[in-house]
Amino acid sequence: MAIKTLFVDPSRCIGCRACEAACRECDSHKGESMVMVDFVDRGWSVATQPTVCMHCVDPVAPCAQVCPVLAIQITPEGVVQQAEPSRCIGCRNCVFACPFGVPKFDVEARLMKKCNLCYDRTAQDLKPWCAQACPTQALWYGDYEEFANQRQGRAINLTDFGTQTVRTRVYQVVAAETPALDLAGLLREARAEAGQPERSRQEAWVL
Amino acid sequence: MSVNRGTFVERRDVNEDFQQVGRAPSEWAGADRVPERLVPTHCSFCGVQCAMHLRVADGQVIGVEPRDYPHNRGSLCPKGIVAYQQASHPDRLTHPLIRRGGKGGRLERATWDEALDYIVGRWQAIQAEHGRDAVAVYSGSSMTNEKCYLTGKFARVGLGTRHIDYNGRLCMSSAATAYARAFGIDRSPLPMTDIPLADCIFVAGSNVAECFPIVMQWIWQARDRGASLIVADPRETPIARTADLWLPVRPGTDVALLNVMLRQVIRDGLVDEAYLAARTTGWADVRAAVEEYTPELAERITGVPAERIVAAARLYGRAPTSLIMHARGIEHSTHGINNCLACINLALARGQVGKPGGGTMMITGQGNGQGGREVGQKANQLPGYRHIDVLEERQYIADVWGIPEPELPQEGAAATEMVKLMADGTIKSCLILCSNLMVSLPDNQTVARALDALDPLVVIDFFLSETAERADVVLPGTVWCEDEGTTTNLEGRIVKINRAAEPPGEARRDWQILSELARRMGRGQFFQYAGTRQIFDELRLASKGGVSDYYGVTWEKIDAQDGVFWPCPTEDHPGTPRLFEERFGHPDGRARMSPLRYEPPAEEPSEAYPFRLTTGRVVYHYLSGTQTRRLGFLNAQAPEPWVEIHPMMAERLGIRDHEIVRVRTPRGAMDLKAVVVPTIRPDTLFIPFHYGHLGAANQLTNPAVDPACKIPEYKACAAAVERLDGRPLDLGEGDRAARVNYTPQTDPKMFPYAVGETKTPASQEAKRF
Ligand code: SF4
Ligand code: SF4
Ligand code: SF4
Repeated sequence: MAIKTLFVDPSRCIGCRACEAACRECDSHKGESMVMVDFVDRGWSVATQPTVCMHCVDPVAPCAQVCPVLAIQITPEGVVQQAEPSRCIGCRNCVFACPFGVPKFDVEARLMKKCNLCYDRTAQDLKPWCAQACPTQALWYGDYEEFANQRQGRAINLTDFGTQTVRTRVYQVVAAETPALDLAGLLREARAEAGQPERSRQEAWVL
Repeated sequence: MSVNRGTFVERRDVNEDFQQVGRAPSEWAGADRVPERLVPTHCSFCGVQCAMHLRVADGQVIGVEPRDYPHNRGSLCPKGIVAYQQASHPDRLTHPLIRRGGKGGRLERATWDEALDYIVGRWQAIQAEHGRDAVAVYSGSSMTNEKCYLTGKFARVGLGTRHIDYNGRLCMSSAATAYARAFGIDRSPLPMTDIPLADCIFVAGSNVAECFPIVMQWIWQARDRGASLIVADPRETPIARTADLWLPVRPGTDVALLNVMLRQVIRDGLVDEAYLAARTTGWADVRAAVEEYTPELAERITGVPAERIVAAARLYGRAPTSLIMHARGIEHSTHGINNCLACINLALARGQVGKPGGGTMMITGQGNGQGGREVGQKANQLPGYRHIDVLEERQYIADVWGIPEPELPQEGAAATEMVKLMADGTIKSCLILCSNLMVSLPDNQTVARALDALDPLVVIDFFLSETAERADVVLPGTVWCEDEGTTTNLEGRIVKINRAAEPPGEARRDWQILSELARRMGRGQFFQYAGTRQIFDELRLASKGGVSDYYGVTWEKIDAQDGVFWPCPTEDHPGTPRLFEERFGHPDGRARMSPLRYEPPAEEPSEAYPFRLTTGRVVYHYLSGTQTRRLGFLNAQAPEPWVEIHPMMAERLGIRDHEIVRVRTPRGAMDLKAVVVPTIRPDTLFIPFHYGHLGAANQLTNPAVDPACKIPEYKACAAAVERLDGRPLDLGEGDRAARVNYTPQTDPKMFPYAVGETKTPASQEAKRF
């Protein structure tokens, strides 16, 4: 059965942080965002990347596995919840266990917090707030077939950490292998006509 | 007892404590049960006007929920998500303020009667002594159509002054003039839902990703279908980063780029001759005019490698359906009209305009930038795009308003010209609505002097903006969700804003303030409105038969059809989402092509000022930032301005990343944090313009304007950068020299022009439709 989940496509992300602003609107953690947007390398590019909990499927939620007091619950649908306040003892094992660096430890509240896929909304078949708001659909909510039919790029949910592979509920989208457009060919053509060398060493701009 | 008991008790659930001592649970447990309702409305910010629901409980706006609508499909950018927090913001103005003790005194609380009496008393005295035109109105465009319409009427009927203009002059008056000149109708020809039909999208001078994030989902939908994307921008913005082809064009050189693209399209035989013959005039001239623009010449002028320009022309020209989207990057220029016309020429040559998904699209910046200029608050326009200097059109509006035609004033000064008239004493008092001149106008030192020369300066606003700080009287108005009305978004779609809350304290709805002022000026009989619906009905009538015909639009219809596109001449007319499918707006139904020459910006780099400075937006802020800088989340992301500089230049000048540097232009200097990034042309600097006081980029920008439409050149002026510990700042005569092509004093002609005289032959031509 096709399950609905998040698809994260950093190539589309414009760093607007609408997802962060939206996540803060949720009643379960009002004022705090469980999704984080980072510049990948501002020294070189304006590229940004949103980070959400990947909701690990196999091995099932390492964060939950290491929790000594079973504070992190996993729903029958495979959504990994944030630590239950009445149980969490603040040991931060989850923070260290997560391969994706997701859980945030709230020192004030002495509680681990993370994305729970807007469980209150998704259980009612609404989109999570971040994907709902995201103006570029860099964060997109739906099922795999729908994604493959509508969008370019390859959605993958396997991540290798050394020898271990983690399968997640959430997908990351990477570029399609063959670009649709032969831009290099187009530039070569223009250069050849102008009698210029095959390869240009020119910067993007001419000063 | 634990030593931590204090902390422990503090953190404890209070209701449990209360229950233990036998008191009923209260506070948040009770508050949770307050019934909540959803009010459908639209975002108060940019021209997209995203639909949203406001969550309202107990008369307070407490949050936002997504609302599906054809153009935003439930998405919002960060500004839209937190917009609701303005309503109960602690900075809201809740009572009138008067500056006691004259200039230099302090703004103090006053009653409405006191404030209004003072204003009206002064206005009457000024007008009796210096004539009606000595009082001016300068309004905004982030207001409903009803408010914009009423402002235009208030100025001309209530005050009888010719000087009314609005900040849309600073935004896209060049695109408006270009569209009127070329197509006969000033509106984006396509709905946003058409964008995915394009096979090639050329974004010229628009940081779409940051300024109109919602438009990105449509562009990506096109790209998912295989469309290619070309972006022309001096900075590698988030949309340029993922484009197929980025043209890092030198600021202010767009005509050269677009002309050479057209020349290449002609060379490659990609021109649609049949379309040109059937639907346009002036093609032969255009064809001849672009001939001299070789790729090599364009490379020298624009700084983009020739091969890239040729590749762009081919990518654009070979696509069956192609769309050019343009915004402030090319419009904020002393050649703004020509830049837009160059885009139009290219699209017409390819036979694209009028095709679903093809042609050109201007992206309106302000929330109601489109509606604001249609309903008669522009110096030269009456409601329905009627011309103020055409007798029949004046007569029609005079009849709707119930005044004799000769009483209707003639064209007044444009917003950018008003500053000059304030400074030289021609305008003695000005009413400013929802506009922040101190941040938004170029060369703000001059603006400050002009505003301080006014007595009184009256401001209606809901926060104390940088401009309101200088006012003599401040009247507290309302934010968008406290009133109802309509706005017209960047597609020409008229949408309905609904009321979700009441104005706080003594604040009043702006239309009530204006009506009251008119009553006290003795013109109350023309301003008898029970509500905004009546104003809208009058506006419908005033626009009837005009270019932007709203007559068939009703509030009910807007709700029923998810917005109505003008023109909509009758009540059973569904509206017009796509223009120009069969004919253009000129009487002969043909589009006008204009031969264009490249001319350099008004001010160019020189030895003393080696850089071109360009300004723009960041995604977290809206225009002058009066609203967004007060919202915690947005302000936290970008609390202060910075200057972007290329590593190559930073190294040459010895500037480190995040070091504070001084940026200097012939008009002033400011100290900013340097952000050293390779995503900008090495010969260009960038500063975001949303900040006030010492952070205002407009301390530096050039007030030179486009001769016909009077839009200032925000996007290209000469600038220098220096380290703070380096050479001391010297603004001596020799140092002041930038290469100046012309100044506002030499050319173009500024107000006053004789009554009925139009400014230049070019702008005269713009009216012939
Ligand atoms: S990504 Fe981290 S926080 Fe999320 S389920 Fe996996 S281990 Fe837990
Ligand atoms: S809302 Fe979307 S585009 Fe904006 S920062 Fe988040 S993921 Fe990126
Ligand atoms: S600012 Fe513009 S894009 Fe953002 S939510 Fe408002 S209307 Fe939409």
